[in-house]
Amino acid sequence: MTKLNVNGNAVEVDVDGDTPLLWVLRDTLGLTGTKFGCGMALCGACTVHLNGAPVRSCQIPISAVGDQPVTTIEGLSKDRSHPVQQAWIEHDVPQCGYCQSGQIMSASALLATTPKPTDADIDAAMAGNLCRCGTYQRIRSAIRRAAEIKSGA
Amino acid sequence: MSAIPSDVSRRAFLKAGVTITGGLVISISLPGCKPAAKVPGELKTFEANAWLHIGSDDSITFFCDKSEMGQGVYTSLPMLIAEELGVGIERIKVEFAPPGDAYINKLIGGQITGGSTSVRDGWEKLRVAGATARQMLVSAAAAEWGIDAHHCKVENGVVLSPQFDRLRFGELAEAAAKLPVPKDVPLKPAAQFTLIGRATKRKDTPAKVDGSAVYGIDVRLPGMLYAALAQPPTLGGSVKTFKGEKAGAMPGVTAVVLTSSGVAVVADSWWRARKARDQLEIEWNPGPNAALNDAKIAQVLRKGAAGAGRVARNDGDAAAAIKGAARVVRADYELPLLAHATLEPQNCTADVRADGADIYVPTQVQQIAQAAAAKAAGLDPKQVKVHTTFLGGGFGRRLEVDFIPAAVEASKAVKKPVKLLWTREDDMTHDAYRPPAFDQAAGAFDTAGKLIAWNLHLTGPSITARMFPSVTEKMVDPFAVEGAANYPYDVPNVHVDFQQQEIGIDVGYWRSVSHSLNCFVVESFMDELAVSAKQNCAEFRKALLAKQPRFLQVLELATRESHFGFPPKGRFHGLSVMEGYGTYMAQVAEVSIVEDKVKVHRIYCATDCGQQVNPDTVVAQIESSALFGFSALMWGEINLSGGRVKQTNFDSYRIARMNEIPRIDAYVLESSEAPGGIGEPATALVAPAVCNAIYAATGRRIRSLPLTKHRLA
Repeated sequence: MTKLNVNGNAVEVDVDGDTPLLWVLRDTLGLTGTKFGCGMALCGACTVHLNGAPVRSCQIPISAVGDQPVTTIEGLSKDRSHPVQQAWIEHDVPQCGYCQSGQIMSASALLATTPKPTDADIDAAMAGNLCRCGTYQRIRSAIRRAAEIKSGA
Repeated sequence: MSAIPSDVSRRAFLKAGVTITGGLVISISLPGCKPAAKVPGELKTFEANAWLHIGSDDSITFFCDKSEMGQGVYTSLPMLIAEELGVGIERIKVEFAPPGDAYINKLIGGQITGGSTSVRDGWEKLRVAGATARQMLVSAAAAEWGIDAHHCKVENGVVLSPQFDRLRFGELAEAAAKLPVPKDVPLKPAAQFTLIGRATKRKDTPAKVDGSAVYGIDVRLPGMLYAALAQPPTLGGSVKTFKGEKAGAMPGVTAVVLTSSGVAVVADSWWRARKARDQLEIEWNPGPNAALNDAKIAQVLRKGAAGAGRVARNDGDAAAAIKGAARVVRADYELPLLAHATLEPQNCTADVRADGADIYVPTQVQQIAQAAAAKAAGLDPKQVKVHTTFLGGGFGRRLEVDFIPAAVEASKAVKKPVKLLWTREDDMTHDAYRPPAFDQAAGAFDTAGKLIAWNLHLTGPSITARMFPSVTEKMVDPFAVEGAANYPYDVPNVHVDFQQQEIGIDVGYWRSVSHSLNCFVVESFMDELAVSAKQNCAEFRKALLAKQPRFLQVLELATRESHFGFPPKGRFHGLSVMEGYGTYMAQVAEVSIVEDKVKVHRIYCATDCGQQVNPDTVVAQIESSALFGFSALMWGEINLSGGRVKQTNFDSYRIARMNEIPRIDAYVLESSEAPGGIGEPATALVAPAVCNAIYAATGRRIRSLPLTKHRLA
């Protein structure tokens, strides 16, 4: 059994040690908000926070997670109240929506360390998250808006 | 699983679905109860029609007959209902409709989400559905009050009398259900719209920002197993022999199943199935494409081009005009295969039992999916329920059902629900690719410099010949000549034909379909003709579009907003125009050349898509489809070697990233014309606009894509 700390909950899972965190979240824990897109850390759809930092969960074997806290889209807020989620709703960012959990996790990690990101900061933090629908312009606007919401504007 | 209709509502719905074919028959359906039983507090449902149910609990359910793949039907279609029904959009609960003839898309002839038809198909019938239900509810209220229905009005789900009596829709549902269905209910004039044409928040956004939206990949059923599929590495190949013992001995593996599309490994988790797949020992029949490669395809198309194709347009006598012309310009264009690369890899969850089956699937074709599943299960289509999930991108990929049979066959073999999921590599190497093309254009001028002839000879494989052969038996493939047969310029002699030349592999409908091929050729070559005529390429087009006011309007809007011809220092402009899906569009690309590469800074996109339903979605779709075209222009190319696709993932098949995109500015004209499609057209205009700008910058004419083929120094 592997002990994990996911969205503030202590859980135990019985999986092979090489199982990527992504598949433990999705198939073992039923947290399907985190998506599978490429399996090679090329698309960012599987982005979650590990110790608060954005990581591609398709590349992290469960044996390497240990007691580091994992946060998924389901744990970002209970009620879509995270500033990034609020801004995403305000700007109606998603289209098909498949990449958006990963986009939101990357964006929220960016704002946690860089409360007032420049366009270059945003591009750098978000370049690993593909959106096949091309919602990038709205993502950019929404990140700026989320920064405002966070700072109380 | 909020996106999937519950069994109760589905049963209630299917009853209506059966009666609908004989005309709009209204009945109260109480699943599991006798309709006559009237128990206070018990839910009664007014099944107004195939799209709309109103419950005695005041619930309003819209059965969405189009798949939500990002284009916004989950919002724009209930807006059409809500406008006429007289409720706020927030009151309407959306469920995805099952297969049913009532849901046949009248613009295509099947229950199909595609061809930028969703709003166009629903524009009248969904408003009629809403208006009819509203009239029945009002009649029920008027009867209750003993007054004339004309004296009643409706405000947000409540019928009001002149004396301020109020009855909620839910209170009227049972009575309304007993009334005859009125015919020819008048629709609101556009001036009275309160919802249509107003930017409206997408109803699916909340579920898409908290991870709760259910895509096909997210379906979970009790006792469900997971499958990974080994498919023939060569397109068109098949399994010759296989040994599954090693894979079967891997931890968690339940079964190794030979399916019609490869060998499936079924396990208690997808990761275990995926790992065990590596242990399969399979000998493949390479099939007929073992020697197929890019050079062969190019050669086959060029050779095929020698044939005279089926005529798509013939005005005057282009051949004679070219023969007698003062000056003839000719050019050949070549375009590559492209992958759809939906971000959600193909998947299907099947639950096959002896007496029936359920499939949970992100599909654009519910009836075709049902038929494919039934065939694989050995059942009658009526025994297969199709549950449509949200789609993690469609773009035409999910018009195919190639990922369904193996899931069904695996579930049938193990007698349990099975979720079969492709890897990204499976998906990239087993697509139905956008067809390649080899196209020959000729234009002729008379001695006065007037363009007197246009000849376009298109050569490529036909998607429709495979998907809907009855269509191409009768006529030229209409989905091969888009943006070409409707050549808009005022030229007396026009000839357009399509030579079908198969290449050995399946090709598929890809966002904007043949517009993406033909608009590149038409608008690039129009630029070549303008250059040859020593004219400004905007003025050259305007003169030939003088009788086309909707074209002129978008052309003028795009050139005005972009200050066409007067770009910032170091930048260059290129232009393209097109009509597709009833939408008129003009784009100006603003580029610079950095070392030997193009940098696309901005795309100005002017659009007349007729009456807009949700203007915010219109803009979103323009941005989306333009970037789809941008990725293809810059990097999009599927290459074959030995019948195998070389690109396997997003490292070799590149999609634009945030730091690489141009700014897209959408300008949308107010219009009262019938709605046009908006999900696709902008895709097609980007490549010619950018390549025309590259010509302005470098004097180099780009006649093949993607741009990675060309050094622009």
